[in-house]
Amino acid sequence: MQTGLSPEQKTVTQERPAEPAEASQVAMPETAAPPAMPALLAEHVTKEFRVGRKKKPVMAINDVSLRIERGEIYGVLGANGSGKSTLIRLFSTLLTLDTGRVEVFGHDIERDEMAVKRMINRVSVDAAFFKKLSPFENLAYAARLYGMDPTEAKAESIRILARLGIAEKRLSRPLEQMSRGMQQKVAIARALLTSPILLLMDEPTTGLDPRSKLEVQSFVEQLRDTHDATIVLTTHDMDEAERLCQRIAILNDGRIVAEDTPERLKAQVAAEHGEEPTMHNVFMTYTGRSLDDDLDEESSEDEED
Amino acid sequence: MAMLTRDLKASMAFVERNFNLTKRYWGWEVAWLVYSVAGALSISLIGADVGDEALLFSLMIGAIFWNYLSVVFSWIAETIAVERWEGTLEYTMMAPVRRYTQLFGSTFYAIIYGLVHTAAMLVVLTLFFGLDLRTANLATAALFMLLGSFSFVGIGMMAAILPLLYVERGAQMTFVLQSCLLLVSGVYYSITVLPEWMQVLSHLSPATYVLDGVRRGLIEGVPVDALWYDIWPLIVMGVALIPAGIWAFGRAERYAKRTGKLKRVG
Repeated sequence: MQTGLSPEQKTVTQERPAEPAEASQVAMPETAAPPAMPALLAEHVTKEFRVGRKKKPVMAINDVSLRIERGEIYGVLGANGSGKSTLIRLFSTLLTLDTGRVEVFGHDIERDEMAVKRMINRVSVDAAFFKKLSPFENLAYAARLYGMDPTEAKAESIRILARLGIAEKRLSRPLEQMSRGMQQKVAIARALLTSPILLLMDEPTTGLDPRSKLEVQSFVEQLRDTHDATIVLTTHDMDEAERLCQRIAILNDGRIVAEDTPERLKAQVAAEHGEEPTMHNVFMTYTGRSLDDDLDEESSEDEED
Repeated sequence: MAMLTRDLKASMAFVERNFNLTKRYWGWEVAWLVYSVAGALSISLIGADVGDEALLFSLMIGAIFWNYLSVVFSWIAETIAVERWEGTLEYTMMAPVRRYTQLFGSTFYAIIYGLVHTAAMLVVLTLFFGLDLRTANLATAALFMLLGSFSFVGIGMMAAILPLLYVERGAQMTFVLQSCLLLVSGVYYSITVLPEWMQVLSHLSPATYVLDGVRRGLIEGVPVDALWYDIWPLIVMGVALIPAGIWAFGRAERYAKRTGKLKRVG
């Protein structure tokens, strides 16, 4: 159907019949032998930034190792500045690794950069578009970058956006005339258009109204159930993480401090700390702060800006 | 061969995107064209004021062809800066596109855009002053435009690096570089009026050779084969600067990825 896709992409982007949620869940490592090739493998990854000549370098990612299986939705939770977006940027080839290695479906992210780029796409917290251009024009640009035929891409865009609740008649007007929620849906459509087998979603629902947030979450659920795509999702929304992710990693000061299924994380916090088994308490326990603190900090940063 | 075909197709992404941007910003395009024509007319009228047709013609050529070179330069040099403003830089940089493909697409559109812009100016100014181009050697002018384009593409690629390396100041530095080229290239005067140290810089600017060649072709009707002394520096600059620009761009991208400078700011 599409040109310029790798054999892996052509195989895994075919729609398959919906399965019950339980059946589509990825088996946990201790209950089944792990598949030969993970979707994403990171080993001892570190990344530091020098923010000023006289200042000490900031360790944004500190010895992170993780393994994400094919078809899994893997959540990354963490406070502001914990390294979530840096991790996504490293996986997106937008940053180079200081140490460690990352593989996407067996391809080394630095040695086989172009192959990896064909397999991935990213939805960032801010819908990055040429705002004067229409959704069609922005999506045509994306399609051409990924070697797709523009006519086929247009038909596919209409189909994806219809599923996200955006009618075709809205797609010829400049994006700047669309609401933030609609822009984010177009960003999701752009990412899906190229049939990535690894989708990196960096806070895709942050700043959306409850209705738009719910629509995006439902769409991610549909993706999980009908496509063989692997998703890495960073979020501030505990309910969203619990609802969508099979496994969750808690990132604190660039380190993974906990990683498990939402149920096990909650059970662990309840058993070891006597807390009520909620994701909010999981977050508080492992990051040493509440989500409210985090949101307060975000607001004050915005005010300073 | 398949890779080349794929790269050529991918380069169309940048051509089509830039065309769409031009279309969406059509009001600004008209305003910019009017400003450029008015500027060129104003400068050329200095020649009319002193009653010197050769000076008028020389100023007119300077204004029109500097416009062409600067338009080509700007489109390429702002390849990164525009994406920073729009916030799309990371999206473009993570796409499976080789950098030379991106630069080729941007360059192709820049040249087409520059030619259309310059042709419009040339028509308006020729009609306004009622100039007789029957003795002009248009082939000479066309060849110098072509050769000058290659050299300016190379410089533009190097200038495009600046917004990659310097998140906020890069675009300003590009503008300063363009201004320096204007100053030393003899756009409105002979380079002999410049201080000696500036004349050295003049010989490093491709615009100096382009403008000299175009003036001799259009005003004096000199054929191409009599202007070899202006042609070879342009060939050397084109051959050296384009690969150097692509190489430098790749190095700058690596640096930006190491230091996190692709990240959206503002």
